[in-house]
Amino acid sequence: MEYFVQQLINGLTLGSIYGLIAIGYTMVYGIIGMINFAHGDVFMIGAFISLAVFLVLTTVFGVTFLPIVLFLALVVSMLFTSFWGWTIERLAYRPLRGSFRLAPLITAIGMSIVLQNFVQVTQGARVKPLPPQIQGGVELMSGSVDGTTINAQLSYMQMIIIGTTFVLMVAFSLLISRTSLGRSQRACEQDRKMASLLGVNVDRTISLTFIMGAALAAVAGLMFMLLYGVIDFYIGFLAGVKAFTAAVLGGIGSLPGAMLGGLLIGLIEVFWSAYFTVEYKDVAAFSILAIVLIFMPSGLLGKPEIEKV
Amino acid sequence: MSGPGLVSAARTPNASQGAESRMTRALREASIAGALAGVLGFFFLALRTDIVTGGLEVTTRWGLWFTAIAIVFAGRLALNLFWFGHSYGAGKTAGRKITRLLPSSKIVGRVALAFALILPFFFMVLFPNRDRQYIDLSILIMTYIMLGWGLNIVVGLAGLLDLGYVAFYAVGAYSFGLSAQYLGFGFWTALPMAGLLAATWGLILGFPVLRLRGDYLAIVTLAFGEMIRVVLINWKSFTGGPDGVSGIPKPTFFGLEIGRGSGSFGDVFGLPYEPIHRFVYLYYIILALALLTNFVTMRLRRLPIGRAWEALREDEIACRSLGINTRNTKLSAFSTGAMFAGFAGSFFATRQGFISPESFTFLESAIILAIVVLGGLGSQIGIVIASVVMIGGIELLRNLDFLKQIFGPSFEPAEYRMLIFGLAMVVIMVWKPRGLVSTREPSATLKEKKLIGADQIAQGEGH
Repeated sequence: MEYFVQQLINGLTLGSIYGLIAIGYTMVYGIIGMINFAHGDVFMIGAFISLAVFLVLTTVFGVTFLPIVLFLALVVSMLFTSFWGWTIERLAYRPLRGSFRLAPLITAIGMSIVLQNFVQVTQGARVKPLPPQIQGGVELMSGSVDGTTINAQLSYMQMIIIGTTFVLMVAFSLLISRTSLGRSQRACEQDRKMASLLGVNVDRTISLTFIMGAALAAVAGLMFMLLYGVIDFYIGFLAGVKAFTAAVLGGIGSLPGAMLGGLLIGLIEVFWSAYFTVEYKDVAAFSILAIVLIFMPSGLLGKPEIEKV
Repeated sequence: MSGPGLVSAARTPNASQGAESRMTRALREASIAGALAGVLGFFFLALRTDIVTGGLEVTTRWGLWFTAIAIVFAGRLALNLFWFGHSYGAGKTAGRKITRLLPSSKIVGRVALAFALILPFFFMVLFPNRDRQYIDLSILIMTYIMLGWGLNIVVGLAGLLDLGYVAFYAVGAYSFGLSAQYLGFGFWTALPMAGLLAATWGLILGFPVLRLRGDYLAIVTLAFGEMIRVVLINWKSFTGGPDGVSGIPKPTFFGLEIGRGSGSFGDVFGLPYEPIHRFVYLYYIILALALLTNFVTMRLRRLPIGRAWEALREDEIACRSLGINTRNTKLSAFSTGAMFAGFAGSFFATRQGFISPESFTFLESAIILAIVVLGGLGSQIGIVIASVVMIGGIELLRNLDFLKQIFGPSFEPAEYRMLIFGLAMVVIMVWKPRGLVSTREPSATLKEKKLIGADQIAQGEGH
């Protein structure tokens, strides 16, 4: 039981990170109908920027008060990663709007290769380890199985991750449902041509969508770095595929769906590793992707897509 | 960093911008681009984190950062002044002109074929010292041409975006590697089997996924490709896991080994053995395989099945309403493409003599897809050009020693090859979305052949 609870907490933590990345996929897919293949690598960029900010603050400026360091790392990383998201959209996707359907997907794959190799060339191919920064936690339950004690612990780290994700989710839902930006976003999602006729600046809305997705990916990057303590230039690929799976599972285009899908994928991955084999945990995620797309293409919370002739 | 400003400048020629001189605008946009490069590069160029004893350390590289900003600024300025110069006025109107079918692509094809046939001797005569290296590179390029032609059936003709093509390549390679290891098969016995197995896998994987739409299909094929790789890594007792399969035999010439000793090829034909013979022989095998791929594709295009593929690419709904069985059509394209990947895979295994899951990553699929797309979807000669440019260009980078003198001895040009590859993919796609050879020759015609210009190919569909 303790083991199960512990895995449940771990799964929810991992799932929060996937959910934050998945929101980026789902928003972009909702608004321009393309898979932003480079989004996983934007997440990786965010993780690297947070690491750099963190190190500069702690080693160069000697700031030791951890909450300040983390808050600054979060803000700076969100800001700079947003610039990356904006630039990628501007350079690689906007010129191809209105081109044939697969063109932006192909530049997205190219962009993903560029980002990975840019980071590899400029920051080196070796993994960057960071010692755990936030230690300790609350012990929820304790028990013993066959003489060994097993504790279920909710660490402060996990609390921060789940809490931040929750706050961001609420803020985002409000942004989409209450503000004029959210309104124009929903308008573009429904009918881009009509929205532009009614005075919505479509290009600007799409840019802002990419910026928001990148900012959330940066948050996920910082959390990933803190949670696992190692990052390298390749983390974006697998995390990206899994987050995309999460977006599809939740129903692509739906924000709560992305979060729900992220949590489910995180739980499935953690439980699979805990009770079956660690080696095949990626296969589990990929199989879910295939199964969902084949049997339930609109996902859990998505609207079925009607193809018009 | 050349995009910002272009689109908005071209689309909104309002009064204030019209009054602005070209130079000021170019300067302003170049400054924006430079500033953006500074922002984007700050944490990657100006700062670098490295592992030192006791943790991580940040070092600064201001010189590199300023150089990058200067390069982007200058590049954007030059682009604005000399390249985008004439596009500031009204947008270029897309002319709908029908060009007569030019004989050029045919001539280029024939010249390329003739050159491919004599290529080993060409290198042996002209570059006697480096012939082995050049022929080896030609073999590599030819392998990618073959893979490109194979994937072209799936992506270019049938319009199904397959991001997991490398899985079938892996199936081909492993079916030869493992059958050689466990059953003692030779290359020629294993070759048809590898093709057949890959085609079967194409059917098995294709059957559930082929009713998905374009980009979903792409992601699911990617997932399948990765799954096959994960299985190859983890099924240690059968596939050897990450260590791979080694000691894969070389191909024989009608039972004669290409090597030293009695009973070998040189011994029977009275040629003194030279190591280059093996390379020349491998080259002709892959050339024959590639030409077979091309021949089959060109023939299939004229059969009803090939026409159905192309119709499917243009409009799936119209196809279905005309009574074409879309599922079978897609499956046939998918497994035909997979079969050629299987052939190429078993050739790869025999050429390397060693295979491991590392050779079949997603990146490989992306490279093959890039070749097909950049060559112009559906164009056979375009794929040849794209393979030569991309693969040859990348290999060329390894040999640019003079760059070391400019950037210092620690500069390793090969590190940048994938970066340049990705950039080329983005730039060519933005510049010519229909690929380098963007005109399409129709397979079926009513009276006379007309070249279809890139601007006439239906935009927006083709999934």
